[in-house]
Amino acid sequence: MPEPLLKVNMLDAYYGDFQALFGVSVDIAAGEVVAIIGANGAGKSTLLKSIAGLMAARPEAILFDNEPIGGLPAFAVAARGIALVPEGRGLFPSLSVEENLEIGGQLRRPGPWTIARVYELFPVLAERRHAASTSLSGGQQQMVAIGRALMANPRLLLCDEISLGLAPIVVRDIYACLPAILAEGTSLVIVEQDIVQALKVAQRVYCLQEGRVALAGAAAGLTREAITSAYFGI
Amino acid sequence: MIDWINVIIQGVLVGGLYAMFAAGLSLIFGIMRLVNIAHGDLIVLAAYLALVVTQTLGLNPLWSLAIVVPAMALLGYALQWFVLNRTLGDDLLPPLLVTFGLSVIIQNGLQELFSADPQKLQAGTIEIASVQLVEGIWIGLLPLIQFALAVAIIGGLQIIFYRTALGRAFRATADNPAVAQLMGLDNRHVFALAMALSLAVVAVAGVLLAVRANFDPTIGPARLIFGFEAVIIGGLGSLWGTLIGGVVLGVAQAVGAHLDPGWQILAGHLVFLGLLAVRPQGLFPKVRE
Repeated sequence: MPEPLLKVNMLDAYYGDFQALFGVSVDIAAGEVVAIIGANGAGKSTLLKSIAGLMAARPEAILFDNEPIGGLPAFAVAARGIALVPEGRGLFPSLSVEENLEIGGQLRRPGPWTIARVYELFPVLAERRHAASTSLSGGQQQMVAIGRALMANPRLLLCDEISLGLAPIVVRDIYACLPAILAEGTSLVIVEQDIVQALKVAQRVYCLQEGRVALAGAAAGLTREAITSAYFGI
Repeated sequence: MIDWINVIIQGVLVGGLYAMFAAGLSLIFGIMRLVNIAHGDLIVLAAYLALVVTQTLGLNPLWSLAIVVPAMALLGYALQWFVLNRTLGDDLLPPLLVTFGLSVIIQNGLQELFSADPQKLQAGTIEIASVQLVEGIWIGLLPLIQFALAVAIIGGLQIIFYRTALGRAFRATADNPAVAQLMGLDNRHVFALAMALSLAVVAVAGVLLAVRANFDPTIGPARLIFGFEAVIIGGLGSLWGTLIGGVVLGVAQAVGAHLDPGWQILAGHLVFLGLLAVRPQGLFPKVRE
């Protein structure tokens, strides 16, 4: 296996005295799609927040391109090319749709994604470009959140529960945009509770259970029983 | 009749100064939820800085703005970076206490350096120049410049806030500091830039205040109150509202003073309290979810 783009090595994470992650190790290769699944509170979002620099971590616990980035502030991690689509979307209500996209690209990292290309990917956003971001439907808001992350031209895109609270048909639309994103060579980490959706797009899967990796493997090779057992711990 | 029109015009023009007190205050509160108790004292500090600059360089106070404005902006950046950023968090109390302490330090420091004697900046003949608006109504050139500067500053802030990348960063950081960091924005730097901008406005207000009237190290807190009142009357988060708030306060004080010289400040406070009772959200509240 080639040197991974991102290597999470024995990562611990804490909220005050509460330990949320226990020695989690995850590898993501360049161009790969990895799904992270698990029940509520398993530590999926904590893992993504740690990678993005929103949680404290040992420097060596997270290697990006072989450089330690654990515990770097989020703005420094973003500058290296990791973008997070946060859970609940986290759009800026005071900014219009277009301003949300512009601020996503304000680091001016060179790459294929521009406002025009995001509008090509999500044509409905072009029509609503001057609307307040919170006046959009849930699915459209999710598109803004994804487009905003793409504007940073990330090498690694982290998506936290992008199907949460959306109708199945809208989820299908959102997932339909992933091939276009992957075609640019971006690596992708998808955190999902919707296992079927996650297994469909991912090459490899990690299942977290109470802050530990309970199961890891190629998406195609995992049996339903193995996932169920790792998911629920029975 | 002419008499009353004169009084109201004077009030409107002073209102521009109050709007300048208020704009910096509301900027800081809007972006980082920091109530800067030392705001008034920083205005007085800018006035003393202008005093030193005019006396050493022999400049007209209005030209001293070229030095005082950047100096105060630099001070604001440093103050935020080294002191106030450490106080920000979920709790509103630490920044309140630290800026209160800062207020005490500035007042006593100025008293130590410059004594409690009242000072005034001399702007020369421009102070007594005036223009005739219509028959019988004369407007002082200096108050007019002061008001024009206030409108220009509020308009400039409005453009910075809604038309520039800096303003976008301000609004995004105010909305959600954690997600703003994901966009590559360093909150500490954004907050420091906001304080620099706030103190640049403070510098203009301080110099104009010092040209207009006598000042001494203790008058800061009253300017803070006027600023607060203008912000609340105008409606939190609205820059043009702040200008209107300053004008309402200025007119109330001018009318009060005209009825009885002792009623000037009281009239302003009463109008403020009255408005707070009937319209607590202010005249032009900014709707936010």
